[in-house]
Amino acid sequence: MSSIEFRKDLFADERDDNLNEIGKPKLRQDIEGHVRGRTAYYDDHLFDGLLHMRCVRSPHHHARVRSIDSAGAERMAGVRRVVRASDVPHNINTLLSLIGFGRDDEQLIADRKVAYKGEPVLAIIAETEAQARAACAAVRVDWEVLPHVLDVEEALTPGAPVVNEEYPNNCFDYAPYDHVKLRFGDVEAGFAQADRIVEATYEMSPIEQAPIETCGAIAAPETSGRYVCHTGTQALFFSLGTTAKLLDMPSSKLHFIGGTVGGGFGGKVDSLTEPMAVLGAVLTGKPVKFQWDREEEMQVGAPRGAERWIIKDGVMADGRIVARQFTGFFDAGAYTRLSSYAGTKGTGHLPGPYSIPNVASNVFCVYTNRTPATAMRGFGITGVDFAIECHMDRVAEAVGADPIHLRILNAYRDGDMKAHRRRAKNCALVECCQVAAGKAGWRVSPEDMAASSKTGTTADRQAIPETALDEDGRIGDRKAGRMPSARPAKGTKRLPAGTHGRDHKAVPVQRPDMQQLAERVGHRVAPERDAAPAASPTVPARAPDTPTPATAPSRPTAAPPATSSPPAEARPAAAPPQPMPQLQPAQPKPYEPDTPFRQGVRRPGVSRFLSGSRRR
Amino acid sequence: MAQTPVRFTLNGRETGLFVEEAANLLDVLRRGAGDISPKYGCGQGTCGACTVLIDGAPHLGCLTLAATVEGREVRTTGGMADGPGLTALQTAFMEGFAAQCGFCTPGMLMAAKALLDRNPQPTRDEVIEAISGNLCRCTGYEPIVDAILAASGQRGAA
Amino acid sequence: MTTVRTLATVAEAVSERGHVLGGGTLLMREVNYRPETVTEILRITDASLKEIRIEMSRITLGAGVTMAAVAARAELAALAPSARSVGGPAIRNMATVGGNLFAPHPYGDFAAALLALDARVHWAGGREEEIESFLAGRDRASGLVTAVSFVPPARGGFRFRKVSRTKPKGVSLMSIAANLTLSGSRVERARIAFGAMGPTPLRAKAAETALEGKTLDEAGIARALTVATDGLAPPDDALASSWYRDRVAPVHLSRLLLERS
Repeated sequence: MSSIEFRKDLFADERDDNLNEIGKPKLRQDIEGHVRGRTAYYDDHLFDGLLHMRCVRSPHHHARVRSIDSAGAERMAGVRRVVRASDVPHNINTLLSLIGFGRDDEQLIADRKVAYKGEPVLAIIAETEAQARAACAAVRVDWEVLPHVLDVEEALTPGAPVVNEEYPNNCFDYAPYDHVKLRFGDVEAGFAQADRIVEATYEMSPIEQAPIETCGAIAAPETSGRYVCHTGTQALFFSLGTTAKLLDMPSSKLHFIGGTVGGGFGGKVDSLTEPMAVLGAVLTGKPVKFQWDREEEMQVGAPRGAERWIIKDGVMADGRIVARQFTGFFDAGAYTRLSSYAGTKGTGHLPGPYSIPNVASNVFCVYTNRTPATAMRGFGITGVDFAIECHMDRVAEAVGADPIHLRILNAYRDGDMKAHRRRAKNCALVECCQVAAGKAGWRVSPEDMAASSKTGTTADRQAIPETALDEDGRIGDRKAGRMPSARPAKGTKRLPAGTHGRDHKAVPVQRPDMQQLAERVGHRVAPERDAAPAASPTVPARAPDTPTPATAPSRPTAAPPATSSPPAEARPAAAPPQPMPQLQPAQPKPYEPDTPFRQGVRRPGVSRFLSGSRRR
Repeated sequence: MAQTPVRFTLNGRETGLFVEEAANLLDVLRRGAGDISPKYGCGQGTCGACTVLIDGAPHLGCLTLAATVEGREVRTTGGMADGPGLTALQTAFMEGFAAQCGFCTPGMLMAAKALLDRNPQPTRDEVIEAISGNLCRCTGYEPIVDAILAASGQRGAA
Repeated sequence: MTTVRTLATVAEAVSERGHVLGGGTLLMREVNYRPETVTEILRITDASLKEIRIEMSRITLGAGVTMAAVAARAELAALAPSARSVGGPAIRNMATVGGNLFAPHPYGDFAAALLALDARVHWAGGREEEIESFLAGRDRASGLVTAVSFVPPARGGFRFRKVSRTKPKGVSLMSIAANLTLSGSRVERARIAFGAMGPTPLRAKAAETALEGKTLDEAGIARALTVATDGLAPPDDALASSWYRDRVAPVHLSRLLLERS
C-alpha cells in the first residue's frame, strides 16, 4: 500500500512495539464518502432561495477611498442588499486578539483606506452569482492612489509609506523592541575566534496554499434567533470567535458547522468568509453564500508570507560552528493576521538543530502593501529551515567539510543547551543524517556512523554561557532614523553565565467564558520546568537583574525571552516578570520523573505514550 | 432572468430542468439536479474538480453551457456505484489512500473512468496523461496513479 | 442565447455584442467571471463546422473541430503533438480549432502551429484571409470563422514544442512550431512561429531567413538562434518574465531544430 519504512532499530529502547494500529494500514474513516462523491463540504449544503455575496475590491496596492458610488448597482436586477463598512457592527479586528496577542488592525470591509490589492471596500448580495458580479462591476470607486512599498527592508526605512496605521513603524511591536531578540553567548567574540566567516542571504517568495476548494461559507437564519454557518474553515472556533467579535453578537447565537475541508494547508484559518456570510444572513434574513472564486483565492487568499534571512556564521577549520547570527524578515503583507506569531515561532526554532555556543538573532514582522500572509505547512519554520540548511552546505564548502559530517558534528545531542535556554531532548538529527546518507548512497565515515543523538553532550554544550546584551531597536527607533541596521548590535552589557530566561505567564483571556479550567482539562498553567539533571536547583527560575544596573534602570529587559510563546511577548513593557507559583500550591503535587523526559513517559504501570495531559 | 428547458439523462435517469440561459452544467447539476459530486474549484478549466462524462467523454462542467447537453448522456461520480457496492475503481481509490481531503476525487474518478472505459490496460504514462487536467493538492498524484493502475488489473470485477 | 442551425442564417444572427460559443473553454470562463461582458451567446450547430476534409494538396479543419478530434486522426499525425499540447483530456474534448485562433496569451498553442503552416482562415460568407493578417487583426474582427485550411507539411518537416513548467499539462512559457522544407539536410524554406511570445502567435522572420540555405546542425542554425526573438514581443506574466522568455527562446529553438525526426 505504501512505501513507509519503519526503522525500529533506532531508539528501540524508548518505544513499545505492541501496538494495534500504528504501523499498520488503516482505511480513512471518511474515504468512502470521498469515493462516492457524497462527502458534504460547506458548499454541498443546498438552501432554497440562496443569495450570493460578492465584494468590490481594490485594484491598487495602496489607496484612499474618496467615495463609493453604488447607486447604479443598487438598482440592478436581483440586487438585494449593498453591504458597506458601516454595516459591520465592530469593524476592526486582529486574528490573534482571541488569545490577547497584538492590536486590532484590520477591517472586515475597509472604509477609508486599502493597503493591499484586492482589499474589499463594499459587498453586494444578489439573487444569483452573475447578478452579484455584474452589480460589483457597476460600482464606481473614487480612489486616491498612495505610494506603496512591497519590500520588507524598504518598508523599514524612515521615509517608507505607512502601510498599517495601527503599526506606524511598518513592523509589529514586540515590546519594548520592534523585533524579536534572541541572545545567547557573544557572537562577536565567536566571530573573532572563528577561522572563517560565512555569510549569505536567503529569500522565499509568498506561496499560495491553493486548496482545490476555495475559501467560503454559507450562513442562514435558524429558528430561535441563531444563525447556522457551514464553512470550510480549518479553525472552526477561531472563525466562530472572530465572527462573534466582528458582528458584536454572542457566540451562543452562532451555530458553526465545519470540519470537512476541501484542502486547507493553513490557508483557511483567517476567518474572512464566515463573518461576511453571517453578516449577509443577518442583513437579508436569507441564506447567503460568500465564496471566493479562483482569482480571489489566488489574489486575496492569504499565502505563506515572503521571508528574507541573512545568516552569518563563524566556523572553525574543523567544521565546528562557534557563532551564528540571524537577521530575519517575515513579510506580513498589509495586516498582522498570524505573522506576528511567525516571528516568535521562527525565533524559537533558531539556530536550527545545531549546538552553537554563540547565537544572536533579530527577527522582524514587517508590513508591506502585499496580500496579508498567514499560516502554511510548517508555519514560521519552513523559510528559515530552508535558509539554515542551504547555509550548512555553504559552510561545509567553505571549510572543505563533507556536508553530512558537518551536520552530524554540530547536531544537537540530548542534554545540549539550546539558544533559548531549554534543554534539547528527543534529538534525532544524527540518526536522520545517517539514514538519509544511506538512502542516497552517500559515504559517511565510521565515526559519524557510530555517532548517536543520545551521547556526545558535554559540560560545555550543556552550559548557558555569559551573554552579551544590547537594547537597540526599541519601537520607533527605526522610523526616527536612529537605527540604520537591522542586524543584532554589539552587546554593551553582560548577563552572567547560567542565567535562565524569565518565566511566562498565561495572558488573560478576552472573554470570561473562554477561560480554560485547569482542573477540567487536567493540566496546570505553569512555567515549564527544566527537568534535566544538570540543572541546579538553586538556579532562579527568573532572570536576575543584570550586573550593570546603572544602564538598566527599570527592569531586566535584556533577559532573553523564550520565544516560542507569543502571548508572553505581548506583555506590556513595564510589567515586571511574575513567576506563577500562586497556582501551584493549590494543586496536588504532579508526577515528577527522576530521569529526564525522553520519548514517552516512564511511570510504573502506565503507558509510555501518555501525552501528559488527559481528559477526565 | 430568462430560463430555458434542458433534458438529458443523468446517470441513466431522464432529467429535465429549467436553467438560466448562461448557466454552466456544474451549477445545474449541483443546484438544479442536486448531484453534489462534481465540485467547484476554479470555474475556469484549471482544476478538473468538475469533470463529468458527456456521452462517455470527460468534459468540464464549469465550462459547459448547460443548454448544450440537451439530449445527451451525463455521468458523474455520484452515479458510479449503483447500490451498496463500489466499483473496482472506487475500491482501488479507497484502499490505495488515493484521497485525502477528497475534493478532487470525484473529478479524478471521472477522468480515470473515461480512460479505463476506452483503454482497460493503460500504461503508467497513459494514466498520468489521463488525469493531467485534474489537480490534487494533498495526497499527491502517485497513490492516485497507483490506484487507477490497480483498478485496471481487476476491471472484470466492476 | 441564440441557437443558429445553419451557416446560411449566421449573418442575421451575428450582432455586434454576440459571442460565438465554440468549445466554451474561453467564453464560459468569461461568462463565469465577468457575466456582464457577455450579453448574448451564439451557438451554431451546423455540422460542417465539425468537418475535417483531407485532400492531397490541402487539409481543411472546420472551426468546431476539437483538439481531441485532431489528435485522433491518423492523417493529421504531424499536428497531433500541437493538438495534444492544449489543456488536459477534458479541455481537448471541448476546445476547438476556431476558438484557439482567438485564444489570448498565454493560450493559442495550436494557432502557433497553424501559423507555421501558412494556414488560410475561412470566414462565413466565403472570404479567405492569410492567418498572419488574421492574427494581427483578430481583436477588431467581426464575423464568424468557419474553417482553416493548409497545405499538408512534408513528412518530417513539421516540428512542434511546447515549453511549460508542469507536465504533461501546463500553460505555455512558449510554444514553437517549425515547418521546414528540406533538400537533403539543407533547409530550402523555413517557417517558424512562436506562441506566448507576443499578444498573438508571431513568426520569427529573421530566424526563418537566417535558416534558409543552411544545414540543420549547430553551425548551420547558429545565426538563426542569435536573431530568434527579433520582432517578437515576449510578455511579462505570472509564468515568466519577458527577459526570461527572450533568453531561453534560442535554447528551445535550437532543441527543436536539432531534434532527430
